[in-house]
Amino acid sequence: MTGHLVLRVVAKLLLPLILLFALYVQFHGDFGPGGGFQAGVIFAAGFILYALIFGVRQGRRVLPGWLAHNLVAVGLLIYAGTGVATLALGGNFLDYNVLAHAPAEGQELGIMLIEFGVGVAVSSAMIIIVYMFAGRGEDDGEEDRE
Amino acid sequence: MTFHNLPALQVVIPLISAPLCFLLRRATPAWLLSVAVSWICLAISVLLLRHVLGVGPISYHMGGWMPPWGIEYRVDLLNAFVLVLVSGIGAVVLPYARRSVLFEVGNRRAYLFYTAFLLCLTGLLGMTTTGDAFNVFVFLEISSLASYILISMGRDRRALTASFQYLVMGTIGGTFILIAIGFMYISTGTLNMADLARRLPEVMQMRTVQVAFAFFTVGIGLKLAMFPLHLWLPNAYTYAPSAATSFLASTSTKVAIYLLLRFAYDVFGMPFSFHAMPFGPILLALSSIAILFASVGAIFQNNIKRMFAYSSVAQIGYITLGIGMATATGLTAGILHLFNHALMKGALFLAIGCIVPRLNSMQLADMAGLGRRMPWTMAAIVIAGFSLVGMPLTVGFISKWYLVMAALQKGWWWLALLILVGSLLALIYVWRVIEAAYLREPNPGRDLTAIREAPLSMLVPTWILVLANIWFGINPHLTVGTAGRAAAMLMGLGS
Amino acid sequence: MSTFLGLYNYWIVVLLMMGGFYVVIAQGNLIKKVVGLNIFQTSVFILYISMGKVHGATAPIIARGYHLYTNPIPSVLILTAIVVGVATTAVGSALVVRIYEAYGTMEEDEIHDQDKSL
Repeated sequence: MTGHLVLRVVAKLLLPLILLFALYVQFHGDFGPGGGFQAGVIFAAGFILYALIFGVRQGRRVLPGWLAHNLVAVGLLIYAGTGVATLALGGNFLDYNVLAHAPAEGQELGIMLIEFGVGVAVSSAMIIIVYMFAGRGEDDGEEDRE
Repeated sequence: MTFHNLPALQVVIPLISAPLCFLLRRATPAWLLSVAVSWICLAISVLLLRHVLGVGPISYHMGGWMPPWGIEYRVDLLNAFVLVLVSGIGAVVLPYARRSVLFEVGNRRAYLFYTAFLLCLTGLLGMTTTGDAFNVFVFLEISSLASYILISMGRDRRALTASFQYLVMGTIGGTFILIAIGFMYISTGTLNMADLARRLPEVMQMRTVQVAFAFFTVGIGLKLAMFPLHLWLPNAYTYAPSAATSFLASTSTKVAIYLLLRFAYDVFGMPFSFHAMPFGPILLALSSIAILFASVGAIFQNNIKRMFAYSSVAQIGYITLGIGMATATGLTAGILHLFNHALMKGALFLAIGCIVPRLNSMQLADMAGLGRRMPWTMAAIVIAGFSLVGMPLTVGFISKWYLVMAALQKGWWWLALLILVGSLLALIYVWRVIEAAYLREPNPGRDLTAIREAPLSMLVPTWILVLANIWFGINPHLTVGTAGRAAAMLMGLGS
Repeated sequence: MSTFLGLYNYWIVVLLMMGGFYVVIAQGNLIKKVVGLNIFQTSVFILYISMGKVHGATAPIIARGYHLYTNPIPSVLILTAIVVGVATTAVGSALVVRIYEAYGTMEEDEIHDQDKSL
């Protein structure tokens, strides 16, 4: 997309706003509509917009395939790790009350952690999906094509 | 983390190891992790079964929230029985999988196979353990998506179309179950299964509840390959990698049958399912058709995996036959055959997976004279095949015996005759395999001298399952006792 | 007539559900089947969300001055179901891409013919 100046400039202007909005949606999930999945999708949409306008190869340079690959697993591990932490601290699985000194703080911390894990996992999954689908026609070396 | 947390750990341990497997990237560490996890899961489910047999049902509150507001994991006798089955099959198939997956999937993608396998195991264990209706749907979709991926990894390109067909049908089934859960929630306001069982009798007359039951039965029928919703099964089992076929054939349909039992007998209750709705007659009719048509269909197959896939549809017909009878003996027979069939088909598909790397073909015609080159593998197929037919000293005999007894108890001699005819048909297609392997000379032009016996890492798990067939056939007290107690519990709660 | 107008959300559910189901069954193109599956699942989402609405109630976030809140549980259930739908669409589309690369076509009957000729 070398000739489309307007698209490129607008995409570059919009990208940080999209990512900021994604973070807003992520952390305001307990006060308004939002949460991990929605934020993850919006976050990924920013990168997907970039990859659409500038090409998947350029997008891969910004967010490498191996990083997105591993972040999916890391996101799930954050979620499950919070649960294991609650087990280790003596409560039932995903009993957030034990995570902090008071139940209210524990609930806030627990929800924030698992929603963060969900956000990371979902955004990386979406980015991988786009890389796999859109990058299939391009010759991108020996990136995993599964 | 004490014994108290075991129901949660049963699901959490494979769930955590799936992304770990994904991060490991290399085939051998991923395989080692999967084997270790499957053995830990087996240990947990055996501990749970022992506790339930000795003390009583276990109730675990997820997140510390009291049911019915929170999600409850409830392990009782029926649950624990199926848990041991699923984790046991997983623990046997995963050590076997190393060579098989290396041949059929390849070294580069093997870690993806194990990740999907662990996710499927998580989903199946979660479906069995949970006591919350919507949680059932979540784990159902987890295990279904993982099984679509497992099936699509087969070598033949038809694995892709088979997986897609299964995806379409499976998603429709899952969505039907979601609709059913929605209607149940609309009419009672709760999602906890024990609470639903308490509240549904009051609203039994509402059409919403009847529609919920109908949607649920069709949705779960798609998942358990009840005739005529079985169309995805032959292709999916034939073209999937052998380790995946063995695992899925032994577990995923069985867990779906467990859900049918749980909802029909426990949540909706026997008075509703069998007196208000024509659940019994429908199950009996469809099961009978399944037994006859699928067995006949199996006889005419030339691909050995497809033959035993059709045989699976017929055997599932036996299980649903027992469930549809709504008597204690019939229900015991159904639950018993659930366990026994998993053993039979698990052993059969593992043995067939031993043949595939050596012979590079699944056609019966290519198996001529194989009995002499691969004696142990073919002997495993013979014994498992006899168990399928229902010969004495094998588990198949025990389940068929109970089924016939249940049919005669109700005075339905024609049903007993049908069960025996099904066994005869099974004998025909098992005989086709035996005849090809032992009684025919190798095809001219097909040099079988290069074929060696299967490696030990594949033979040992196969024979563990084959010997389990014989052991539980000679010594059925544990399985029959547990199945009988589970059946009594289901009928006691329902009536 | 009032029954029809009062229950309009359920009529929408029925229309979408049957429309999506018809697309899944009748269309031969694999991508269209995936789209039909999506429409089918969307109808279920509308069923759940519309059942949670309480007349005259506000969104289920505790705010001063409001006493009636809509039921938050169906929304939560549907969030999970939406994620499941997205995952299914992703897996389905990935399979379609692989099928296209293996068979050269996305039409179900052409694929069937290619397999039959084996």
